[in-house]
Amino acid sequence: MTTTLQAQQQWQGEARRVAGGIRQRVLEHTIQHNGGYLSQACSAAEMLATLYTKILQLGPVEAPLTPAPFPGVPHKDNPHSFTGAAYNGPKEPALDRFFFSPAHYALPLYATLIEVGRMAPEGLTMFNQDGGTVEMIGAEHSPGIEVTCGSLGQTISQAAGVALVRKRRGETGRIWLFMSDGEFQSGQTWEAMQALAFYQLDNVGIYVDVNRQQCDGLMAKVMAIEPLAGRLEAFGARAFPVDGHDLDALAQPARLQPDGRPLVVLAYTNACQGIELLEARRPNLHYLRFKDEAERSSYATALHRLQVDTLSVAEER
Amino acid sequence: MDILSKVHARHLVAWAEDKPEVVVLSADLTSSTEVDLFRDTYPERFFSMGMAEQNMLSFAGGMAREGYYPFVHTFAVFIYRRAYDQIADSIAYPNLPVRLFGFLPGVTTPGGATHQAIEDIAVMRALPNMTILECGDATDVESVLDVAHAVDGPVYVRMLRGELPRLFDASEPMRLGQARILSTGADITLFSTGICTEEAMRATRVLAERGIAIHHLHVSTLKPFDDPAVVEAAAQARYGVITMENHTIIGGVGSAVAERMAEAGLGQRLVRIGIKDRFLHGASRAYLMHEYGLDAIALVQQVEALLSVQLGITEADLAAVRLDAVHSEAKAEAL
Repeated sequence: MTTTLQAQQQWQGEARRVAGGIRQRVLEHTIQHNGGYLSQACSAAEMLATLYTKILQLGPVEAPLTPAPFPGVPHKDNPHSFTGAAYNGPKEPALDRFFFSPAHYALPLYATLIEVGRMAPEGLTMFNQDGGTVEMIGAEHSPGIEVTCGSLGQTISQAAGVALVRKRRGETGRIWLFMSDGEFQSGQTWEAMQALAFYQLDNVGIYVDVNRQQCDGLMAKVMAIEPLAGRLEAFGARAFPVDGHDLDALAQPARLQPDGRPLVVLAYTNACQGIELLEARRPNLHYLRFKDEAERSSYATALHRLQVDTLSVAEER
Repeated sequence: MDILSKVHARHLVAWAEDKPEVVVLSADLTSSTEVDLFRDTYPERFFSMGMAEQNMLSFAGGMAREGYYPFVHTFAVFIYRRAYDQIADSIAYPNLPVRLFGFLPGVTTPGGATHQAIEDIAVMRALPNMTILECGDATDVESVLDVAHAVDGPVYVRMLRGELPRLFDASEPMRLGQARILSTGADITLFSTGICTEEAMRATRVLAERGIAIHHLHVSTLKPFDDPAVVEAAAQARYGVITMENHTIIGGVGSAVAERMAEAGLGQRLVRIGIKDRFLHGASRAYLMHEYGLDAIALVQQVEALLSVQLGITEADLAAVRLDAVHSEAKAEAL
């Protein structure tokens, strides 16, 4: 076995562990609190795991592993406000920056940070607690989040502004953006895409969770966006549709040499991946709240099974 | 009175020369907002964003996070109506130093309701972290950049272009939170903003000749609105207070003065001259000011009503007034 192949298998094994951990933590949290953004963890687990274990070039965490209390909103008289970017390490010319757009994916993001050692597991107990920063709809002070993103479609433009300045300064670090497919219904996303192409911001790479689900249900029934790859190519981007649960496929486009075009990886995912019980909920997967105690206990059983599987995989190693 | 042309165009280029972190963003209105000379002088600091204001405003927020000072230039109406959500989330919430230059406020455009910013101050005043400045003449336009640049946070500037009068002495720049006192008097206190100040000055001259003493303040900082001179001036008026603005009477300087007066417990009459909760339509500035009651004769009529007198002042009397650049009475040595 060559060294390269060993290294590959190492990151893939780690990414698989992280992805499994994301699903388990979000499922556990959902069971405990009788509600959660579970389908987002199911669809995005491999993407977030691949980003944090393979793609993002980040420095060490610069924030307390147990998140600090909310410091107050930004204001000229508040010198204490901060963003959650420090969980992704320092801002340095050669390092990457990660921008998180779909704020309601915060729970899967926090789970990711825990799995990769960037946040303490206790951080999740602060989720949605008054006076805390681990907000349900991620804010710019929430761990791992750098800009205000809850009004969908704005992060891509903000990241583009950052990317343009970094490019002008000759910084080699890249800008990675995580988006949801629903954001491609919004005009601002396309305004940003034309600007990214116009200014040749090939230091921007975008991972899109194409789970084809949104708040009202199936996207194709709410407002269709396909053919997404063709639309993006027409806007001047380089678009790569991939299987969003295939680690190699997810990682591959990030290795391409930049060619003047923004890179968009369309990760086609299954919003019930890894937790088959969720299938019964289709087409309404946006937020899971249990109908009764019986349903809740069925999810608890599923969690137990996942935990047992994880243990046996760990033992095999 | 001196009339100057393209004041901002020339001033911005000179002012920004030693500020490499200042960049200009334009949404396809580059010469219309007088940044064509900036574009030609510093092409590497000029960013054409196309007719895409939502992206432009969020993009500016991203640039500001990296230490740049984005100077966004477009028509006022397109800033706050087309991209309010982006201003709120990408700029105002994080308190970023983005400068928004809104041109063609209110009646200064014949472009009709789609082009006329008539409630921009009301909207921006309600937005936390936002500072609001409004220019009334060439001196204001020349000094507003320094005022805006000293603010730690976003600034919305209601800007003027083209041919501008010099109403205020060039040696007396705009100051944050400090009204210009243009005349003193104990009968009526008048707060005017923007282009209404020139109209008001015509009227106050003629009124003074008729023995009516107007305490006239030109307000250029709409937010924060904490100038102690406002309450002092309002309190001392014998007959009442008048506000005059090129904006709807809801949420602009009239509302701001009313709030301050009420908080201070002043029992003064208040007359708000401005757009009376109506949209405008496309026509010349002079026509619109007359039609919607924003001009010098409208002020005379309101003074007459407050005083319950008929002064017999005609539009010809007002047109005959010769205005020269004035020193603010706040600066005693200049009197």
